[in-house]
Amino acid sequence: MAKILVVTSGKGGVGKTTSSAAIGTGLALRGHKTVIVDFDVGLRNLDLIMGCERRVVYDFVNVINGEATLTQALIKDKRLENLYVLAASQTRDKDALTQEGVGKVIDELAKTFEYVVCDSPAGIEKGAHLAMYFADEAIVVTNPEVSSVRDSDRMLGLLASKSRRAEQGLEPIKERLLLTRYNPERVTKGEMLGVEDVEEILAINLLGVIPESQAVLKASNQGVPVILDDQSDAGQAYSDAVDRLLGKEMPHRFLDVQKKGFLQRLFGGRE
Amino acid sequence: MSQADLLDQDPVFQLKGSMLAITIMELVHDDLERLDRQLTDKVAQAPAFFQNTPLVLALDKLPESQTTLDLAALMAVCRRHGLRTLAIRASRAELVAAADALDLPVLPPSGARERPIEPGGERKREPEKPAQPDVRPTRVITTPVRGGQQVYAPGGDLLVLAPVSPGAELLADGNIHVYAPLRGRALAGVKGNPAARIFCQQLAAELVSVAGQYKVADDLRRDPLWGQAVQINLSGDVLNITRL
Ligand SMILES: Nc1ncnc2c1ncn2[C@@H]1O[C@H](COP(=O)(O)OP(=O)(O)OP(=O)(O)O)[C@@H](O)[C@H]1O
Ligand SMILES: [Mg+2]
Repeated sequence: MAKILVVTSGKGGVGKTTSSAAIGTGLALRGHKTVIVDFDVGLRNLDLIMGCERRVVYDFVNVINGEATLTQALIKDKRLENLYVLAASQTRDKDALTQEGVGKVIDELAKTFEYVVCDSPAGIEKGAHLAMYFADEAIVVTNPEVSSVRDSDRMLGLLASKSRRAEQGLEPIKERLLLTRYNPERVTKGEMLGVEDVEEILAINLLGVIPESQAVLKASNQGVPVILDDQSDAGQAYSDAVDRLLGKEMPHRFLDVQKKGFLQRLFGGRE
Repeated sequence: MSQADLLDQDPVFQLKGSMLAITIMELVHDDLERLDRQLTDKVAQAPAFFQNTPLVLALDKLPESQTTLDLAALMAVCRRHGLRTLAIRASRAELVAAADALDLPVLPPSGARERPIEPGGERKREPEKPAQPDVRPTRVITTPVRGGQQVYAPGGDLLVLAPVSPGAELLADGNIHVYAPLRGRALAGVKGNPAARIFCQQLAAELVSVAGQYKVADDLRRDPLWGQAVQINLSGDVLNITRL
């Protein structure tokens, strides 16, 4: 049975698209046939981060409007055999998505894919609602700051009350916290919330902590999901998160301030 | 956001059987002026009883000779005294027709036992049956109440067994209990019950209020019991916070 995952947050710019790309790629790397769907109609950038922006012919809205078939619109990843992307439209606005249309596309994707990863737009309006409405599991991306935690909390309330599972009285959406752009140094200085603070307020299962990392920017500029940079801290942290998603017990890394070694101090270490 | 299409098949209603305790006014005379006077006296004795009280008008004991009864006028008299007519009980054709004209249900003459009630004053009741207080069951919430959500317990207590986030709002006509951190707003006794209280395991609220008297986070944070297990009650118009 296919699993529909939504990567959501409420607040904008916290790392949803980065995380959708990394997690979708990580699932495919582990042998699961996966599609990542960009729900951010009008602001598409999943294709940039996945490095397939020059191969977009048809998009999500074309499929909903019957202007293209799903097979025509799915973009196959260059690197991984069982990874696909469904791009958002850049020329339409978010009203182009309808609940009925989205439901049909998701149902069809669920027939051939093991994982459908939905990259939600920011906010709690229509686009974000449609991205989460059909989900089985939610990955709530949060930055360690008060406003982001608040928006995530709000989104958790909507997941528990306004989703298909909630409305049909099914088992609730499984909620998981992904804390991103975590900077242990700033936490120590009291400029950011710590993992425990965020966990305590949101009171949900912790899927992973992704450190603030230069590797993310580098990866997105190159159009390579950061999880494929297995030397980077962020890439490794995403890898661990995918393993946890698949049920493996993994210790959390990158939570503490790294003491710089002698050579690193001499030559300046990797960020 | 319209979910209407998707939910088209979902049941919209459920039929439930119920036994309601309802006041029956048995009329033995059709003199509406006398009724009006006598009701005025009753209301004076027990004003609380006559507040939109649902009523069945039993007209089956009216003497056969009195057929001139004006049903609409009778209902207007009742209405004026806080009695809202739900149905009539009658079998006589002209009364049934009058009720039909007013779209009022007609119940068959009673066979069940009914005992006289005395609103207010001396209640002559069997001692083993004390008056049942009009209290609704406690509303119990077991999942976190998130920012933007509102939970109301009308007519009773609210009991929450999970954290209440900032931006969430709890309302109850009775008491509010939170066996977890209370970080949102809690308003007890919202219909004005000054005896309502708030209990919480960790006071971290944005606002607490009992019967309209409130304190905001700025005041609460200065309290030495901030972050502690407390109860909050009203004495006079001062909100007291005390350790649990
Ligand atoms: N762990 C990280 N370290 C450093 N920068 C990061 C990290 N995660 C994300 N970023 C940067 O944050 C910015 C926003 O990321 P991203 O586009 O993934 O967020 P989003 O939640 O999808 O945004 P939107 O709400 O606009 O869709 C990007 O510039 C990205 O490179
Ligand atoms: Mg995005």
